[in-house]
Amino acid sequence: MLLYILRRIALALPALFGLVVLTFILSRVVPGDPAATLAGDAATPAQIADIRARYGLDRPLLEQALVHVRQVVSGDLGNSLFSGRPVSLEIMQRLPATLELTFVALVFATILGVALGLVAALDHNGPIDHLVRIVSVGGLAIASFWLAIMLQLQFSMEWNILPLRGRIDVIYGMPHRVTGFLLIDTLLAGRPDMFLDALRHMVLPAITLALPGLATIARFTRSGVLEALQKDYVLYARAAGYGRFRLAAIYVLRNAITVTVTQIGLLFGALISGAVAIEAVFDWPGLGTYAVQAILSADYKALLAVTLVVGVVYAVVNVLVDVAQALIDPRVAQRAR
Amino acid sequence: MSALRQLLRDPVAALGLAIVLFAVLVAIFAPFLAPYPDDAFESHIMQRLRPPSAEFLFGTDNLGRDMFSRVILGTRSALFVAVSVVFAAIVIGVPVGLAAGWRDGWLSETLMRVTDIFLAVPQLILALALGQLLAPGIGAAMVALTLTYWPFFARTVFAETRRLRTSLFVDALAGIGAHPVRILLLHVLPNAAPAVLVRATIGMGFTILTAAILGFLGVGAAPPEPDWGLAVAEARQHLPEAWWFATFPGLAIMLLVLGFNLLGDGLRDAADPRLRRSRR
Amino acid sequence: MMPPLLEISQLAVTLPGGGALAEILDDVTLKVPAGCITGVVGESGCGKSTLLRAILGILPRHAQTPRGGIFFEGHDILPDRAAGVRGRIGFVPQDPYLSLNPLFRAGDQILEIMRRHAKGSRAEHKARLVELFRAVQLPDPEAALRKYPHEFSGGQRQRLLIAAALSCEPRLVVADEPTTALDVTTQREILGLLRELTRARGLSMLFVTHDFGVLASLCDDVAVLYAGRVAETGPTRAVLDAPAHPYTRMLLACHPDRAADLAGIPGAVPPATAQPSGCRFHPRCPLARESCAREVPVLQPIPGGRAVACPFHAEALPELALV
Repeated sequence: MLLYILRRIALALPALFGLVVLTFILSRVVPGDPAATLAGDAATPAQIADIRARYGLDRPLLEQALVHVRQVVSGDLGNSLFSGRPVSLEIMQRLPATLELTFVALVFATILGVALGLVAALDHNGPIDHLVRIVSVGGLAIASFWLAIMLQLQFSMEWNILPLRGRIDVIYGMPHRVTGFLLIDTLLAGRPDMFLDALRHMVLPAITLALPGLATIARFTRSGVLEALQKDYVLYARAAGYGRFRLAAIYVLRNAITVTVTQIGLLFGALISGAVAIEAVFDWPGLGTYAVQAILSADYKALLAVTLVVGVVYAVVNVLVDVAQALIDPRVAQRAR
Repeated sequence: MSALRQLLRDPVAALGLAIVLFAVLVAIFAPFLAPYPDDAFESHIMQRLRPPSAEFLFGTDNLGRDMFSRVILGTRSALFVAVSVVFAAIVIGVPVGLAAGWRDGWLSETLMRVTDIFLAVPQLILALALGQLLAPGIGAAMVALTLTYWPFFARTVFAETRRLRTSLFVDALAGIGAHPVRILLLHVLPNAAPAVLVRATIGMGFTILTAAILGFLGVGAAPPEPDWGLAVAEARQHLPEAWWFATFPGLAIMLLVLGFNLLGDGLRDAADPRLRRSRR
Repeated sequence: MMPPLLEISQLAVTLPGGGALAEILDDVTLKVPAGCITGVVGESGCGKSTLLRAILGILPRHAQTPRGGIFFEGHDILPDRAAGVRGRIGFVPQDPYLSLNPLFRAGDQILEIMRRHAKGSRAEHKARLVELFRAVQLPDPEAALRKYPHEFSGGQRQRLLIAAALSCEPRLVVADEPTTALDVTTQREILGLLRELTRARGLSMLFVTHDFGVLASLCDDVAVLYAGRVAETGPTRAVLDAPAHPYTRMLLACHPDRAADLAGIPGAVPPATAQPSGCRFHPRCPLARESCAREVPVLQPIPGGRAVACPFHAEALPELALV
């Protein structure tokens, strides 16, 4: 098993290395002179030359590429062109907010999606089945930022029952930072009131973010269960006298879920993408708002760093998904050998 | 033709096709259908933020422009962006997939590794980075979306080519001395076409959504372009008063994406007999 | 005389299929006496599997309510779709490769059956299962509990499934061609095991097969099924030595001891949605006459504890038909 995990990690590395190279290439094909862009419109040639020397932009390309790779591997993503602070620091400050939101959304989407998919499959071609199918197609067609705004309009502006923006009410301030995850840090600080407030802030963004995932998971679980129900071992288990609930909820679902788990890995990309827009709508101080800010201030260093960090997170998630696969299906690790 | 009939027999797919055809017609005749076609660019400050009425079906925006007209005109740009991006992605992705799938070797390895790199980051993030670096604008957004979407076609065609290259008829063709390019274009490609078509249809919906996000974030279409995503962004400052301003462009996105997704689903079922059987 | 352990009486099962109704089983009557192995023989599509599914209460959901009765230990188990007998009737399925869920340990899958249908604690179940694994001659019974299905060979999996069938101490075991998916050597071992276990434990068994060789080596009695109806029944030896029904006679003439195969009989098995009128074998029967197309033959007793569903069974077959 351990061997299998190591293999999976090794397989993910080349693409990540490629990503580092790609970000470098991207930073160099920026139309025009990066030094001139950095210096701004009113810069004198001397200033531009100074910047060029300071950022090492006057060295040969290959050398710059090597420097870039070495820096990235050692965790140095450069300084923000906007704030001047190290990008890696700024990202580490904001990453937990995004991860917390994404994780809550993913858990929500998985639990509800699997349940809906299962119920739909057991009610094959019945009314619940049709309803779930409509939701699962519709959920993928809604633009997340628009849904976020519509929910804000209704729940925050019209009814005023859920907060409009942010992670926690300003009157509380932030709890002492331990993990960066507010739902954990507030509890560690012994403040259930703050925890509840953070939870209330989480509701709308998480639901918005979860919807496409929920749709996908429900859909794949449904088809997975339907397929598994046709299998000989289900017939055998029924003949041998398995209970109805156990058969559906455990015996069949575990087979169906192998497909779903793969989808969760693919979904994570969609979730991160969705998070960018949703964070912008809810003023969620995460990686998404950071990226948008970087766009608005033409901070390409920050933007490329975000790309890289997301790539790493994405790769980690995909390794985790493969490990989960192997845990669910004992044949996976064996086959890979 | 039998495939089309098969498709139309599936009510879900038929609905998708109807929505897509409707959108295409609206896009083609947009200037004639929109009650105020000039509102693409003209503003009328005196009538700003009017609620929906007989005069302005979807109300007016912050510059007094008719939202109904702008939603209709937006269909054009949405479809134009999606079609161009998907087409360009096919032009890049299909040859890469064919070349990489045909023979194992350094070329195949290199091409697929490059594909992996582009798939190592979620599309939107990469598109944001690219779009920003290429100087924000609808053109840059389209290039960025293309660069992030071609790997999907490469993957699809790669898989199909690998499957087909060991098949009997390809062996037979190679045996009688047919040129590889000829085999690929005339025999392998048509077999991969259904998979590409399904990918393309779903990709249309995906591109429309992603382009809308880019527009919303200010990296895509720029004012005063009648773009749906951009309109939702502009509407945010006028909530909750002008609910119509944000609502209708979003509904338009949903309808069009829904159409492509339903059609894509139907196409996939029609193209894959195995799935069709499991639909029972 | 003791009443039979399992008695199937005038069972009829109809499935909707392809827009028509398929009469899979019609007026099937047969008995499994206590302590006996009864074979059901017939080719694919004759309704053997549906018969088993009716006994086990796992007919497809879209099947119409079956008519007739299935009496187990004197109670009709057909109405409750066998809910009450699960665990009391052991089941050995046809394909050992596909019948175990690949994602769960084989032992756990059997223990789950025991949890629901056998008395005792989990520890007792485990101990009993290890004993059973030993009885079915699985190598290393203790370790087998923790293994996944893919870690066993086909023959071992069939042993596992036999252990599963016996796990709740049933009086009756039904087996669905349990050796067809296995190679010849393994087949022989599994048959020997089944014979030994049923004798030693005083079990009854309903054994479905299409193989006359298997039938001869295992079963006390036999029922021959053709197109969803019983053609003839009787002690295996007597039926095989002197078949009465023209169908059985032609089958055995073609393949004295090999798998039943209709290649030597003119015509084809009728599809279940379009059964011939009268005797379902009449379009292919050399003895057929005009009345056969009208009248449905009933099982009539003949000497030797046998019964046959053909009024003309005493007539000799024309030589031609046996070529």
